[in-house]
Amino acid sequence: MKKLLLALATTAAVIGFSAAASAADKAKICFVYVGSKTDGGWTQAHDLGRQELEKALGDKIETQFLENVPEGPDAERAIERLARSGCGLIFTTSFGFMDATVKIAAKFPDVKFEHATGYKTGPNLATYNSRFYEGRYIQGQIAAKISKNGVAGYIASFPIPEVVMGINSFLIGARSVNPEFKLKVVWANTWFDPGKEADAAKALIDQGVDVLTQHTDTTAPMQVAAERGIKAFGQASDMIKAGPETQLTAIVDTWGPYYIKRTQALLDGKWETTSSWDGLKDGILTMAPYTNMPDDVKALAEATEAKIKSGELKPFTGPLKKQDGSEWLAAGASSDDGTLLGMNFYVEGVDDKLPQ
Amino acid sequence: MGIFEAILLTVITAATPLVLAAIGELVTERSGVLNLGVEGMMVMGAACAFIATQQTGSPYVGILAGIASGALFSLLFGFLTLTLVTNQVATGLALTILGLGVSGMIGEAYVGQSGIKLPQIVFPVLSDIPFLGAILFRQDLIFYLSIALVAGVHWFLFRSRAGLKLRAVGDSHSSAHALGVNVIRTRYLAVMFGGACAGLAGAQLSLVYTPQWAENMSAGRGWIALALVVFASWRPWRIVAGGYLFGAVSISQLYAQAFGIGIPSQFLSALPYLATIVVLILISHNRRTTLINTPAALGKSFVPDR
Repeated sequence: MKKLLLALATTAAVIGFSAAASAADKAKICFVYVGSKTDGGWTQAHDLGRQELEKALGDKIETQFLENVPEGPDAERAIERLARSGCGLIFTTSFGFMDATVKIAAKFPDVKFEHATGYKTGPNLATYNSRFYEGRYIQGQIAAKISKNGVAGYIASFPIPEVVMGINSFLIGARSVNPEFKLKVVWANTWFDPGKEADAAKALIDQGVDVLTQHTDTTAPMQVAAERGIKAFGQASDMIKAGPETQLTAIVDTWGPYYIKRTQALLDGKWETTSSWDGLKDGILTMAPYTNMPDDVKALAEATEAKIKSGELKPFTGPLKKQDGSEWLAAGASSDDGTLLGMNFYVEGVDDKLPQ
Repeated sequence: MGIFEAILLTVITAATPLVLAAIGELVTERSGVLNLGVEGMMVMGAACAFIATQQTGSPYVGILAGIASGALFSLLFGFLTLTLVTNQVATGLALTILGLGVSGMIGEAYVGQSGIKLPQIVFPVLSDIPFLGAILFRQDLIFYLSIALVAGVHWFLFRSRAGLKLRAVGDSHSSAHALGVNVIRTRYLAVMFGGACAGLAGAQLSLVYTPQWAENMSAGRGWIALALVVFASWRPWRIVAGGYLFGAVSISQLYAQAFGIGIPSQFLSALPYLATIVVLILISHNRRTTLINTPAALGKSFVPDR
């Protein structure tokens, strides 16, 4: 019986391990996920990208993935296992996999690696990211138009540059419409905890917030917003199902085209180290349909989206001040990517003290 | 609705699953069995409650499914530890891993669906009392059950004959056995009660707290419930005090952040745990009462010498 239990436990542990058809002559493209592929947010978006890749190049490649891989030492083992099993290209899809990916990439020079949202590269290690903040800017403008109280709520996860960038971009967008607009931020200190995210949403709504946005992974805040009759934005995936009358739009990560492009490069023998940071214009980031808003707001959002795509509008363009009142960008000047990727300060107007 | 009232309502929702899972585990531990599988039973309860609700359209069927799945799942633990005498700690941990895996598998088709929220039961007249009415008499069934269960467990453990026997089993299984108490049967029932309560706590998560199913949605609450039992030094009403204290501190830090009081959020997030440590120090100050309340045979396996 002890053996049976052990077998059961092992089964549970490897349930996440699944492989598609295994023809030996096909190139193997592998993915490491931090969450479950049905999380309704971040990881699901990556898995949809993988499925798209399979659909496009399925006759030449096969894919494999590991889900629910914790960040830390376990990640190293998982990535190494994939590298040993004959993967030609491995995508590691969470910021926290950075050091593990760097380490295994050095160990397997013949395997190509791509790490999402990180900043360390190597001869066989590329990075890729998406300019999520472009979508946040549009959300900010919509929020400023929709909100009656002039204050939006932002459920944040961890104070890393990626998240701070989003908060700043949202407020800059909102203030381009209403210079008095306010933003309240609650740090949940988690990516994934439906209950806590819902509590954070309640805390914000109880204090006068009437538009809600989030940088956490579950649809719980959207549900609370629906229950309380306010509007909200979805994150990473289209969350319209959780709030058919509530979602204004959502930032939808669309990794498929990138995965196809890079896999094709590998097949053609043209893969090289790049640091890709594409945005709305490249289609790596799309906006879910603009819903539950008046036509003029929708028109504004669409116009802004077009301007960002054409390059006419860059969200981080001066005149902008930092939260402490010091000058950051002069009128007309745009921020360089380096500052954005290391962003550790708020712009003027955020009603919160940034955790350091 | 005042802000204080709003905070209290949020606290009640956050504390109820902790109180439920902890009161069940308290009974299990009082019988001398340490079941570390609370997290697994809870998440199974959440999944089964949600699935049953979506299938039948009735959250009350969901509640029953949550309770039943928790109890059945704990039966597996009972069979392994009580009948086959496996190590309780290892088996409990395995139960948690298994629960997280199985619930993720059976719930996969239900991810992203919006569930049906358990309706409130409004007591006429009482609910019109200013302030208290909205907080105490406009809640859902599971909240009322949580309070009733604590009262019931208190009465059972300290006022009933069966409760006395259960505590005897937990303190010295050999003596209880010698007196003719059926140790294994008592422990089976206690384990299943713990499982049923954890399943009900899971149902609260997927039917009240956030009416949806997401893999791993218990997010560590089972472990907090386990800690609460120690925190409460195995006394039922202290579970309520501990659960609501923990809930109050963790919720008010979110409200404080939204208010913008300018205290670093990492410190605020650590507050519930700091508060727990402070209370534990205060409680352990009196070693004798702690010893009296701790089940002496906790975690020890029993093999009848027939």
